[in-house]
Amino acid sequence: MENRIREARPHMTRNEALIFERTSPGKVGVEFAPLDVPAVSPAEVLGHDLARDEVEGFPEVSELDVIRHFTRLSTWNYSVDEGLYPLGSCTMKYNARINEVVARLAGLAMEHPYAPQDLAQGCLRILHETARCLQEITGMDAVSLQPSAGAQGELTGILMIHALLAERGDPRKYILIPDSAHGTNPASVAISGYEVRHLKSNEQGCVDIFNLAQAMDADVAGLMLTNPNTLGIFETEIGRIANIVHARGGLVYMDGANMNALVGVTRPGDFGVDVMHLNLHKTFSTPHGGGGPGSGPVAVKKILEPYLPSPVVAKSPEGKFQLDYDRPRSIGRVRAFLGNFGMAVRALAYMLANGPEGLRQTTEDAVLNANYLRTQLRDAYDLPYDQACMHESVFSDRRQAEKGVHTMDIAKRLIDYGFHPYTTAFPLIVPGALMIEPTESAGKRELDAFIDALQSIAAEIEEDPQFVLKAPYTTRVSRLDEVGAARKPILRWKP
Amino acid sequence: MRYLPNSPADRQAMLEATGHTHIDELFSQIHADLRFKGRLDLPGPLSESEILEFFRQAAAESSREYVSLLGAGAYSHYCPVVVDALLSRGEFFTAYTPYQAEIAQGTLQAMFEFQTLMTQLTGQEVSNASLYDGSTATTEAVLMALRVTRRSHVAVARTLHPEYRQILSTYVRHQDVELAEVPYAASGQIDIARLESTVNAQTAAVVIQSPNFFGAVERIPEIAAIAHGQGALLIVAITEALSLAVVKPPSQADIVCGEAQSFGVPVAYGGPYVGFLTTKEKFLRQMPGRLVGQTVDTEGRRGFVLTLATREQHIRREKATSNICTNQSLCALAATIYLSLLGKKGLRQLAEQNLAKAHYAAGKLRGIPGVAMPFSSPSFNEFVVKVPGDAGHLLENLRREKIIGGLPLGDFYPELANHLLLCFTELVSRPAIDRLVDVCHQFAVQPAIQDFSPQRR
Repeated sequence: MENRIREARPHMTRNEALIFERTSPGKVGVEFAPLDVPAVSPAEVLGHDLARDEVEGFPEVSELDVIRHFTRLSTWNYSVDEGLYPLGSCTMKYNARINEVVARLAGLAMEHPYAPQDLAQGCLRILHETARCLQEITGMDAVSLQPSAGAQGELTGILMIHALLAERGDPRKYILIPDSAHGTNPASVAISGYEVRHLKSNEQGCVDIFNLAQAMDADVAGLMLTNPNTLGIFETEIGRIANIVHARGGLVYMDGANMNALVGVTRPGDFGVDVMHLNLHKTFSTPHGGGGPGSGPVAVKKILEPYLPSPVVAKSPEGKFQLDYDRPRSIGRVRAFLGNFGMAVRALAYMLANGPEGLRQTTEDAVLNANYLRTQLRDAYDLPYDQACMHESVFSDRRQAEKGVHTMDIAKRLIDYGFHPYTTAFPLIVPGALMIEPTESAGKRELDAFIDALQSIAAEIEEDPQFVLKAPYTTRVSRLDEVGAARKPILRWKP
Repeated sequence: MRYLPNSPADRQAMLEATGHTHIDELFSQIHADLRFKGRLDLPGPLSESEILEFFRQAAAESSREYVSLLGAGAYSHYCPVVVDALLSRGEFFTAYTPYQAEIAQGTLQAMFEFQTLMTQLTGQEVSNASLYDGSTATTEAVLMALRVTRRSHVAVARTLHPEYRQILSTYVRHQDVELAEVPYAASGQIDIARLESTVNAQTAAVVIQSPNFFGAVERIPEIAAIAHGQGALLIVAITEALSLAVVKPPSQADIVCGEAQSFGVPVAYGGPYVGFLTTKEKFLRQMPGRLVGQTVDTEGRRGFVLTLATREQHIRREKATSNICTNQSLCALAATIYLSLLGKKGLRQLAEQNLAKAHYAAGKLRGIPGVAMPFSSPSFNEFVVKVPGDAGHLLENLRREKIIGGLPLGDFYPELANHLLLCFTELVSRPAIDRLVDVCHQFAVQPAIQDFSPQRR
């Protein structure tokens, strides 16, 4: 078969043992300044029954060993810095370097969360300003930056709905969740004391107004909606949806995971949303870090403000910032200290770099890129919900599956072409889904190479499906035995 | 906008390829009356140099000139530059959750190493790949114990970090769970007699912290025996993970959880940090959070994958062990690099330095008339002092000497008004401790806000 791969070429990758296997007794990777007070023995200070001997099995390596070890590991990762990373629903956009620089400034990175508030005005100002910007972007009335990540934001929001309705004397029993929702939605609801009532989507993949009207009874506390939904489709009937929920005494929660499609174009606060979370690591460019840290601020309308997690950053008439702990109706704390402050710093730097026009341009580019991919790929792949999309589109492997090749196989082959795959097998309402979100951080040249790669893979499947089934061929390891890993879990190194 | 790679011509060509003539057409799903028509009231756009200046100004309004004796769940330690140099590699920090294992072996192997390090430190059998932070890890540990035991009472030490307790009560409010607070004894450790009378056949878990919020190291075997005697699990939370280098690991505990921020993660005004959770192998299926496992590829080469995902929300949805989606990967990587660098000897040496600093400070403070050390139990790098007079006034005097004199305990523990929680890491120099002692001496003589003579400055 001719080599159709244009974007990637194999290159040298080093083998690298575990850090524990690199160990040799007596090596050190760090030396400390001499102690300026008398030394003590742990056994004497703590007593023999509380004191410990050395940690068995711990590494003993030099500084250079550590540099080489982790540098080599890093070369085995694909990253946004390297190229297109179109994981649907993850918004893998560029993480600006200036964000990293400012988050490491000593007065921010070294500030202790219990520093006296009058000495920590800079940090408090950043939290306050970040919250204000997010309020403006979402059209909501108040924001808490305490939740650690999107899933915790969801829980926080649902707990606030519970608190409001309980205060009205009727907390109710259920939260409605469309079948296209991310798995965290039902998992968060389960902790909040509500039960999930599932809502089947209509033929367009959107909320079925008729189903909603039936399901939205006096036992339902609210609707948890992702908008645009996980198919990348904006809920056109959002106005009616919100009206139905509100008319029956419920509240509308919006999962803001896909906010990258909306910033500057429309505001959830203007289309009936009462409470929502944002993912700073998606829309606001804080790095994904190999899977966290995230940050999941919650934005609310006035009616829910009293229930925000405590404390809240307040600004006095004199312009001083202070933490307001006097929040008798608050749902309480969801996280120690003030949440992931470092992520707020980065998100604010991102918003400052963009300004209002840049944010709007970013949204337009993200949506344009997604639609470009959608229109260029629909001849090669089945597109079950074929309509203009927002930030992502969801194809299905229906045609390729006839040849025995599924979404995960196509994804693995895409790796050989030099791209990170899309999200596979999600959302669940599309069997064999290929969920593609290019974000604004891909240029036309790169998108064309990606389109070319996916078209080429479709052709390969026609010619030789077996070949695709064994991909990838160019990575340092081939497909890994996941079944074996789960059957006999090996979760740590042992000597 | 400098982050955007498309040129105007690119945009035009792509728009035409989609069959549209104006970008607004792509937003036609959004009703015209729902479109935002104004200009967002946001600052910017700023150039890179302006952004730097903005944050430099904010950073200047900080306590960076002060010596800080604050700990209480967030610990200031020296971080070797290697940690940040490696962490700043885009291959690490601009990657995501390793869904595609073949091109994420770097993150996966590092997480496997993290899991190994945490089990070694805590004396447990298995570790997850990290959780948000210590406070939420502790709550997750309790939820896990409720699942394992199918019981509904939890005995929580009053010396568990007060904010951790607040989060726990937020999470279990709608779960039909009863939280019972167990007081502390005169030693500062948990009141064993009260613990014994609290724990019964309904108790799912006993939750303690060690070293606890007052810095007191708990006697784990004794507490474990009480919990296990009633079939309850023992959960040990640890906020100062460095203590594990010199304090015996809580191997008798069923779940060990807490905060690994001390390992190469800056205090950063409260986050991001790195929670951990380790446990016994028999509880593996009830464990929350991501797990990395070792396996082989089709040619028998060693490799790593995310495993046991059937516990997790994207598969189990409302029946998942937790709603957590991500871990705290980059911070866990920082901890992995930090612990590798310090290694067996360095970590021990650092912990001994902390122990020595706190021991030195305690000895000096104890000698001041009127200053009392209310708790008798051994501690690591933190302890409580009672000051003669108003703690607020003493703190004010210390601030004039550029010292943040620890955390006043009165807000969290009304019975401990005029008590301070002081933390001494390797970053607190002997001259700073001596200055602290001087001010306390002065204050003992005259307990009021004072102006120091110019000569003293």
